[in-house]
Amino acid sequence: MAEPPVADSPHIVIENLCFRRGRKVIFDDLSMRIPRGQVTTVMGPSGSGKTTLLRLIGGQLRPDNGRIWVDGQEVARLSTRRLYALRKRMGMLFQSGALLTDLSVFENVAFPLREHTNLPEDVLQTLVLLKLEAVGLRAARDLDPASLSGGMARRVALARAIALDPDLIMYDEPFTGLDPITMGQIVSLIRRTNQSLGLTSVLVSHDVAEAMAISDQVVLIAGGQVVDAGAPDELKARASDWSAQFLQGRPDGPVPFHYPGASYRDDLLGQRRDD
Amino acid sequence: MIDAITGLGRSALNALEVFGRAFVFLLRVLASLDVVLRRFGLTLFQIYSVGVRSLLIIVVSGLFVGMVLGYQGYITLVNFGAAEALGGVVALSLVRELGPVVTALLFAGRAGSALTAELGLMKTTEQLSAMEMMAVNPYRRIFAPRFVAGFLSMPLLAAIFSAVGVMGGYLVGVGLLGVDSGAYFSQMQAVTDWNEDVLSGVIKSIVFGFVVTWIAVFQGFNAQPTSEGISRATTQTVVVSSLAVLGLDFILTGLMFGAG
Amino acid sequence: MKMRFFELAVGVFVLLGIGALFYLAVQVSNVTDYHDRDTYTVTGYFDNIGGLKTRAPVTVSGVRIGRVAEIRYDPDRFRAEVILAIRAEHDYLPQDTQAAIHTAGLLGEQYIALEPGGDFETLRDGDELMFTQSAVVLENLIGRFLTNMGND
Ligand SMILES: Nc1ncnc2c1ncn2[C@@H]1O[C@H](COP(=O)(O)OP(=O)(O)O)[C@@H](O)[C@H]1O
Ligand SMILES: [Mg+2]
Repeated sequence: MAEPPVADSPHIVIENLCFRRGRKVIFDDLSMRIPRGQVTTVMGPSGSGKTTLLRLIGGQLRPDNGRIWVDGQEVARLSTRRLYALRKRMGMLFQSGALLTDLSVFENVAFPLREHTNLPEDVLQTLVLLKLEAVGLRAARDLDPASLSGGMARRVALARAIALDPDLIMYDEPFTGLDPITMGQIVSLIRRTNQSLGLTSVLVSHDVAEAMAISDQVVLIAGGQVVDAGAPDELKARASDWSAQFLQGRPDGPVPFHYPGASYRDDLLGQRRDD
Repeated sequence: MIDAITGLGRSALNALEVFGRAFVFLLRVLASLDVVLRRFGLTLFQIYSVGVRSLLIIVVSGLFVGMVLGYQGYITLVNFGAAEALGGVVALSLVRELGPVVTALLFAGRAGSALTAELGLMKTTEQLSAMEMMAVNPYRRIFAPRFVAGFLSMPLLAAIFSAVGVMGGYLVGVGLLGVDSGAYFSQMQAVTDWNEDVLSGVIKSIVFGFVVTWIAVFQGFNAQPTSEGISRATTQTVVVSSLAVLGLDFILTGLMFGAG
Repeated sequence: MKMRFFELAVGVFVLLGIGALFYLAVQVSNVTDYHDRDTYTVTGYFDNIGGLKTRAPVTVSGVRIGRVAEIRYDPDRFRAEVILAIRAEHDYLPQDTQAAIHTAGLLGEQYIALEPGGDFETLRDGDELMFTQSAVVLENLIGRFLTNMGND
């Protein structure tokens, strides 16, 4: 692997990011830095735009305003070809796994290799089995994605995401909907992948305990902005209102329980007026 | 009243917008067509799943349509003492109209809906997104091969339909109703012209193949990523392609046979 | 293994499709007629061609030897000009061959029946038929029949 341009420069820089879906503002002047070679977790309530953030970093969406740099390249300004070249060095693990349903487990992991390299079949076979071994699913190579459990599907997707030896890997809610044992396997896999391949990991999650355990840095987002950021211990110690509510799971607080709108009283009165 | 007109205006604008997106989609697919030659295996596999898998229904339907044509044609012609003309009636109806049209309708129901459902599912389960993130262009890897496969399969299927239909008409007309075998084919050859009848039928089926596949692939690409969205898109594919095929058939028939 | 199977299946499918087209060309339609370049043309002028169409058969003693290539109206002669394309191997037709427009069956398609004469010279490309007999128009026939009855 070639040395990155500047070894200690942040891998991803986001500045003044604004993004809307229709009228709904998802990011409003959000800025953050994601350091190279570490595990960074972006935490936030459901619907706060975590998946959207990953898609913006991957260049699948374009910011309305603000800029995103990955490896010193501004994502939204790249030509299709340069963007694709950048994506070859990014792995992304979708929430659903997003395995290709018409291919076997083996062929799913082989897919990026077949698409982007001209490796002879035996080399390719060795590589794929190596990746499958890393996630403990070498024996499942001939299975159909439909017959995998959620945890297995995610592990296959991880093997696929690291097939091209990327230097950045993004995980969208890797812990959601898993039993404790599988969750433990995924946690250790993410940690191990990060250490052994020396890559930058970006996690998106709302599972506090796992995320805190695994991360070097945690960024809390809510309301389209970064509300707090720092190492897990720092965050716990600091316990600002936001962090406290989120980290301790209180139902109400700065993040309101109620979807924003007219007050209950106004609604009731308004209804009566209509009658 | 105003509401009704506003509603009409809105749906017209919506339809226009969908058509515009379908057109842009088509252009992007067409711009990716070089992949078909570079990686012919992808298209080959799609010809298998789109064309070969439609073969059975096409052969069976062609046979029955031909048999019914033979029977009904005979009943009508025998009144004029012209039962010998049966071959011509069967062949002309099949080659000019029924072959291309019925094949296109069956194709829309069999292969078109399957294409839409497959692509809709790929979109819903983020497979298309995942591909993009793996730096694989879905237009090249997914859409273009399917498009070409549908486009190539249709004329072949229509030709098979017509040929099998001619044999079905023969089975009933000659085998059951006693029309002279020689007369069946000589009458057929006397009235059916390669250029004017067979080739114009082939041109029709090429146009239908293009349109039906376009609709099916676009509907899958454009589906709402939910299970309802997929089922709605699948229904849309069948309804819209059927209407498009019937409407286009009317126009093409007018263009091809109207002037002569 | 699986690869082989679908490739084979597609191969069979394409062969079937091309076979069907070939069948439509050879057995169902008259492609051979249309395409052979090896024909020579002769012209005949008719007072009335009735319902004759281009591509109608040209026969001798009921055997098909060519087709009607073109029909147009000749404003100088005030007659219909019909160009017949006759296959080259039928090069034995005498100069004084007569052409008549016949109808197959009572209401059937019209075609041209040639009746060879006795000349030693044969028809060549571009020649004109000396003797022609117009189509029998049903209305005229009935009209004449009625007039004849009146005269009796
Ligand atoms: N394709 C889309 N069209 C419109 N709105 C969307 C779309 N995808 C997501 N959203 C909206 O964007 C917001 C953020 O979504 P998302 O990034 O998926 O949140 P998270 O991953 O944090 O749960 C949600 O409120 C969602 O309703
Ligand atoms: Mg999400």
